[in-house]
This record gives sequence, structure tokens and C-alpha cells, in this order.
Amino acid sequence: MDMNEIKEIFFQECEEQLAELESGLLKLNDGDRDPETVNAVFRAVHSIKGGAGAFGLDDLVSFAHVFETTLDCVRSNKLEPTQDVLKVMLKSADVLADLTNAARDGGSVDEARSRTLIRELEALAHGEVPAAAEAPAPKPVAAAPAPVVVEKPPVNDEGFQPIPFSFGDFDEEGADHYVPTVQVSFKPKKDLYAKGNEAVLLLRDVSRLGEMSVYCDMDALPTLDKMNPEEAYFSWKISVTTEKGEDGVRSVFEFAEWDCDLDIQTIEEDVVSEASGDEELPMQPVPFDLSMLDDGGAAAADEPAIIESDAAAAVAAAETATKVAQVASRAAENKAAAAASAASAAQANQAAAAGQTIRVDLDRVDRLINLVGELVINQAMLSQSVVENDNNGTSSINMGLEELQQLTREIQDSVMAIRAQPVKPVFQRMARTVREIADITGKSVRLITEGENTEVDKTVIDKLAEPLTHMIRNAVDHGLEMPEKREALGKNPEGTVRLTAKHRSGRIVIELADDGAGINREKVRQKAIDNDLIAADANLSDEEIDNLIFHAGFSTADKVSDLSGRGVGMDVVKRSIQALGGRISISSKPGQGSVFTMSLPLTLAVLDGMVVTVAGQTLVVPLTAIVETLQPEASAIHSFGASQRLISIRNSFCPLVDVGKILNFRATQANPIEGVALLVESEGGGQRALMVDAIQGQRQVVIKSLEANYTHVPGIAAATILGDGRVALILDVDAVVAASRGQSLKQDISLAATG
Amino acid sequence: MTNAVKNLTHGRELIAFRIGDQEFCVNIMSVREIRGWTPATPMPHAPSYVLGVINLRGVVLPIVDMSLRLGMKPVEPTVRHVIIVAQVGPKVVGLLVDAVSDILTVTDENMQPTPDVANEAAKAYARGILAIEGRMICLLELEALFPHTESEAA
Repeated sequence: MDMNEIKEIFFQECEEQLAELESGLLKLNDGDRDPETVNAVFRAVHSIKGGAGAFGLDDLVSFAHVFETTLDCVRSNKLEPTQDVLKVMLKSADVLADLTNAARDGGSVDEARSRTLIRELEALAHGEVPAAAEAPAPKPVAAAPAPVVVEKPPVNDEGFQPIPFSFGDFDEEGADHYVPTVQVSFKPKKDLYAKGNEAVLLLRDVSRLGEMSVYCDMDALPTLDKMNPEEAYFSWKISVTTEKGEDGVRSVFEFAEWDCDLDIQTIEEDVVSEASGDEELPMQPVPFDLSMLDDGGAAAADEPAIIESDAAAAVAAAETATKVAQVASRAAENKAAAAASAASAAQANQAAAAGQTIRVDLDRVDRLINLVGELVINQAMLSQSVVENDNNGTSSINMGLEELQQLTREIQDSVMAIRAQPVKPVFQRMARTVREIADITGKSVRLITEGENTEVDKTVIDKLAEPLTHMIRNAVDHGLEMPEKREALGKNPEGTVRLTAKHRSGRIVIELADDGAGINREKVRQKAIDNDLIAADANLSDEEIDNLIFHAGFSTADKVSDLSGRGVGMDVVKRSIQALGGRISISSKPGQGSVFTMSLPLTLAVLDGMVVTVAGQTLVVPLTAIVETLQPEASAIHSFGASQRLISIRNSFCPLVDVGKILNFRATQANPIEGVALLVESEGGGQRALMVDAIQGQRQVVIKSLEANYTHVPGIAAATILGDGRVALILDVDAVVAASRGQSLKQDISLAATG
Repeated sequence: MTNAVKNLTHGRELIAFRIGDQEFCVNIMSVREIRGWTPATPMPHAPSYVLGVINLRGVVLPIVDMSLRLGMKPVEPTVRHVIIVAQVGPKVVGLLVDAVSDILTVTDENMQPTPDVANEAAKAYARGILAIEGRMICLLELEALFPHTESEAA
């Protein structure tokens, strides 16, 4: 595995962490004060920072660090996560996402924006709680004389540095300036070693911070016969005098934090002496060279050493009483933090046990899905030929085939489930879009999402983001009023955009509702007349006027803004939804807002269809389009005009459409009484009765692209392969209905040229 | 691959097929497979020479009546007719012909330019003619017969 692959994994994880981060922040925004939520948010930023550090992504690290610092204030209850604070944090999450993307794909980020945010974050971390432990380490007073460990001793082969000791300077420093002494109690768990960390390396890093003394507690060490070689038995008490202070020490243990019991606190000299007085074993100054540990972890474990340096006593002189009080409170905070981290570690372990996942290349899944599709077709073909050649229907082959059929169906369902993904990531992206647009337009918007765990095929999800973004922009930019106006209207100045996903009869229905002004029908109508979309005296129902906004080149915003209003809005949305096999409709109430409803297939790979016969050809009609089927009676058929015919269904008249005629399968209209009528509902409302010759049955079909080797055929959505191995065409109901309105299916010029 | 390289230097391999009483050939590199005739599903609004689509192991394959495409009379497909599955640009097309007659290895010396008598349409897809053992074989350019249409379709 080369570095790029590892990096790719890091970015994939980043995406997950960012999603986690955002959902956590949104939860906090909704008033959730669960410490675990705060921890999850913190962990997400922390992991990104850690990974970014490993790849030398400095921009990312520095931003994540500031962010983390502020989050830590929240975690330790120093900073109340108010709406304002969370607003900054959500923006920071956006910038973090941008930085991650920039690190992955190159490109640049808005530096001014991230700098502003860094300042805001720092202000939050400092401004309210200046004495926060997370604030940058106390700056050394003036140019502190370098501590005794000055010259870098030569590094040996393993990269270890012998640490020189000096016993002479015990009381010299500290009298003049305060160099904090940090007491660390470090008890690794076995996970620490399992993850490839090593106590000796951490100790070495601590030793680099300043003078330190180490005491190894071996009390827990059992006798050799009872010893589990993979268990962790030692704990260390370290006291280090360093100008970097507590933060510096903490950063050493940064990546081990979750796998050990760690207690870090700054102490005064007398506290030290007390603490050491408590120890059973008095510390003995022993000259010690860390390189003797470099045989590796085994050696470190087998030959525990009492490590002692001169540092213990080299502490600051007594400080003011306030300082002591501060230390005390800090210690308390640290305990709380340690408890929290222990809890979160436990939680993480639980989560790991609950659901295990693997990453799989999407291509492999697609390949599997294609193969299973073939399997289903082949199985159907096999059953059919067995039935044809079998005279007594109870043979064992038949029994086996039935089982095979069930199995293949189950395999197909499970394979399709692999690709099913919750719509959550898309919805989260929308949250960001709302924030950005709200910022630019100066409107105050609240996005409420519901049903974000609704699952839908990955291919659908991927194509959902773009139209949704368009629509959200429209909703905020055109739909919602300015806060002042809302207030004047007696509405909550904060506008609400509600994004809902749910399953309904084998499709996913996504609703986008705003509580804005609704569609200004007069304006839409006037605009449509201006743009020659409709005649000036056209008589349109409210619904028809609302649907005008889906026309190309239509925009009602008075001024063209950066966000929307270029006139490439809703028609693009409609087209991309239709390309997904979906429908979109709008309902709007003046003064109360608009609701856009999209209905999309759960998958683009299979479809439940009704297999029908038209003029000797087999066609598949998507089941979702069919409202009901009926056998027309002669008395129900009424002629209307020259060639139109209507069918009366429960006292309402519905145009009758001969599918065979529309598709040019036959020249004359078939006799409706000999066929079957499928009552379909097309987008934009309106029912039509499609005439077919006979219904063969209902089955799930695997969708095959016609465009791959042929070209788009008007009136035909795609093709499929039936049980007998022949190709059947899937009807594009909306196109056929549109054609029946008089706009004939336009003959594609490209057909003439293509094979 | 070495074979293909050799072909490029020493001449090309062509597949010759028969439509009616004429012989044509196409570059063997564009031919994926040759299979028997199976009934095709007709397509609405399709040009007359597109007989429909068939299922080629899960792929929807359009079938073209080559006789009609080249301006001759339409064929009545029987089980003895053959479908040449050919790659044309990014697409795969099935060419319905009477029979595959030969595999030829030719060099540029064997090739003669298309005579002037042919009409413009024929000249567009005829790359030249070959005289082999007293037969006349017309080399077809499939890309010219079925140009890319992506831009128009979009």
C-alpha cells in the first residue's frame, strides 16, 4: 500500500468525520447538551487534525487545531455552546470541509474567510475564559535561561537520544521565573501497545520537553507464570519541568490519549514534595540513558527501570495564592476531562462492536449487481424452457427451479441493499447551502430535515444533490421574505425550510417546504406572457400557473442574484429529476409558502412493471405510473372531435390514448373495447387512459440502457430482457402522455444516422 | 498483440461477407463476434434499416439490415442469416448479412480506389475495392456508415 492509497483512506475517513462533525454541531444547535455529542464533535476534529498532521497538510492542521481548542472549551464547559458560538462553529466546519477538499483535489480556499474564522474561534476560546488551560502555553517570562538540557546529544542508530543529566542546578532557576512542573500519571492500557504505540517513545518525547523524572510503578506486575504477554502492567509517574507547560505534555500523549489513563496537572513545588512524600519508594537520582530501552517494547516491559532525573526538584518557587487556586480548579477540570474521555473511549468501543463495515470499490458492487441481473434473467429463461419442455409439472427439476427462483430473488434484494444509502449526506450538504445563502441574502433561515435515514440507491443519491441545491437556493432566495417583512406579516422572522424524505409505495418522496411568500401567481403569469410562454388571454388554473416556473428561461426574481435567478433554475431541476425517472410537482399557498414534492425511484437498476402487449409487441409499463386498469365498455367510449376519444370513468372524462398508434406500431387506432385501458397519472397532474391490447402480467425487470448502443427513442424510457431472452421496451409514460396532448413524439434526427 | 502489430506492418486482416450477390469486407479488428440470427424487438420511430434490438448476453444490441442500409432490397431474415457484432466508435452494432465468406489478409497494394461510377452516398462509406481471385470485394468504413451521434442525441 503506497502513501497515496493511505492518503485516500484518510480523505474518505475525513468525509465521515466531517459528516459526524456537522451532525453533532446541528444536534448541539438544537439544544442537545449531551457530553457524548460534544465529545463526538471534538473527536471528529481531532482525528482530522491527527491524520492531516501525518500527511503534512499544514493548513488543515493549523485550522483544525484552533477549532479543536475552541471545542475543547465547550467540552470542558468553559464555553457555553450558544447559537452564536455554534454559528461560528458550523462555518468552521464548512471551512474545514473546504480545506479537506483543497488538500485532496488541489485548488484553493477562501483564505480571508478561514482567517476570520480562526480569529473568531480564538476569540471564543480566549475571550470568555482567558485562563483556559487550552490557551497557548504560558509564555516564558522574558528570555528564560535555557534549562540544563541544552546541547543535543548525538542520536544513536535507533534514533534515541541519551539524555544528559546535571545535578547542579537544582535551585537555580525558578527563583526568578516560573517554569511549570507538570505531574503526569500515565497508565497505558493494552490497546495502546496493540495499536503500535510504545510507552518508551512517549516517555522519550516527554523527556525532550524539559527535565523530567520518571517513576515506574510495577506493583501490578504478576509473576512470570501468571503474566499475559499482551497485557499492560506498568504505569508511570512522570514529573517534568517544561516551559511548554501542561499543553506541551498533553500534546505528546495526543495520539495515545484514548488508550491510556492519563492525568496531567501542573503542580507547585510544595505539591511535588507532598506528592513524592506520598510515594512508597523515594525517588533516587540514577543517571539513566534512555537508549538502553531501545531493544523494543519487550525489553521495556521486561526490564522496567526506575527512571529518575534531576527535574523533580527544579520547580518554580512559590507563586501567588491565586495561582494555587487556579491549579486546583484545573486539576478538577482535568479529572472531568479524563472521565469524559474514558467514557467516550468506551462508547467508541461499543460502536465498533455494534456495526462493522468494510470499504468496497463501487465498481465491484456495480459489477456484482450487473451479474446478478444477468442471473435473474437467465434463471427466468431456464424456468421458461423447462416449463415448455416438461409435460408433467411436478418433476424435481421444477421444484428445484422454484427454489432457485427464490434464491436469485433474495440475492438480488441483498445486492441491491448493498448500494442503498441513507440520504443523510445529501441533506447535510443542504444544511451548508442554506447557511451560505442565508448569509449572503441576509435572511435568517432554519433548515429542518426529517427522514434522513431513508435509504435509496447510491446512484440516485449522487444525482440528487444538484437539483436539491437548486431548489434550496430558490426556496431561500425567492421563497422566504426578508426578516423585517416577515415580522411585519406577523411571521417568525426566522424562516423555515423543511426537507423531508420518506418511502412511499416503492419510491422515495422528497419534500421541500418553505414558509415564505408562496408563488406570486400574478407575477408568474405576467412573466410568462412577457416571455411568450403563454398567450395573454390564456385561461390557466392555479396549478398550471405554478407549473409555469418549470419552463425553461423562467425566473421571477426582480434582480438576478449570485445565487439563483439566472433563469436556469427549475427547468434544469425538472429535467434532472426526470432523468432519474422521477416526477416533481409544486403546491403553493400565497403567504404561507410552497411545497415542492419529488418522487424518485429507489433504484435505477430495477423496476416493477406491468408487461403488456401492444400490436403484437411486448412492452413494460412502469407500475408506479399506473393508477388502475380497466376493461372499457362500448357505452363508456365517447368520440370527441375528429380523432380524439374519451372514456368516462366514474362520471369523469379521460382522454384515451392508443399506445400502438403513438409508437407507430400500427397506423390506425385500435378498437378500445378489445383492449385494456391503463389509467395513468403523469407529472403535472392529469390522467390519461392508455390503450393496450392485453396485460401479460406484472414482474420486476432489470433496466437496460438503450442509449449505450443505440440512441434515445422518444416514448421509450429504456429496455429490459424478458424471461424468453427477448428484449422488451419500457414505456416512457410521461412522454406518451405529452405526445397525446398534440406535441407529437419528435423524431430524433440522429436516428437516421445511427445503427 | 504482437499479431496485431504484425498485421499493421504486413497488411490488414479483413472479414468478408456476402449480401445478395455482392461481397463486402470490414476490418477484422472491429468485429467482436459472429452469431446466428434471432428475432429482434422492433423499435418505434426507427429508420427502416434498423430491424430492432436483440439481447446479446444482457446487452441491448441494435440490429441493422446491411442490405437495406447499403441501398439494396430488404432481406427476409432466416436462421441461415448471420449477425456480425461490430464495434463502431463507442457503440456495438449487429450487422445482418447473408453469410460470412472469408478472412483476408491484404496489403495496400491489393487495394484499389473506389471507382467514379459510385454515387456520393456509396463513396462516403466505401474505402476502396479489392480484387482477389477474380472476386470484387468492397471495403466498408463502418464509422462512416454509423457516425457518432452523441452530440445530436444530447
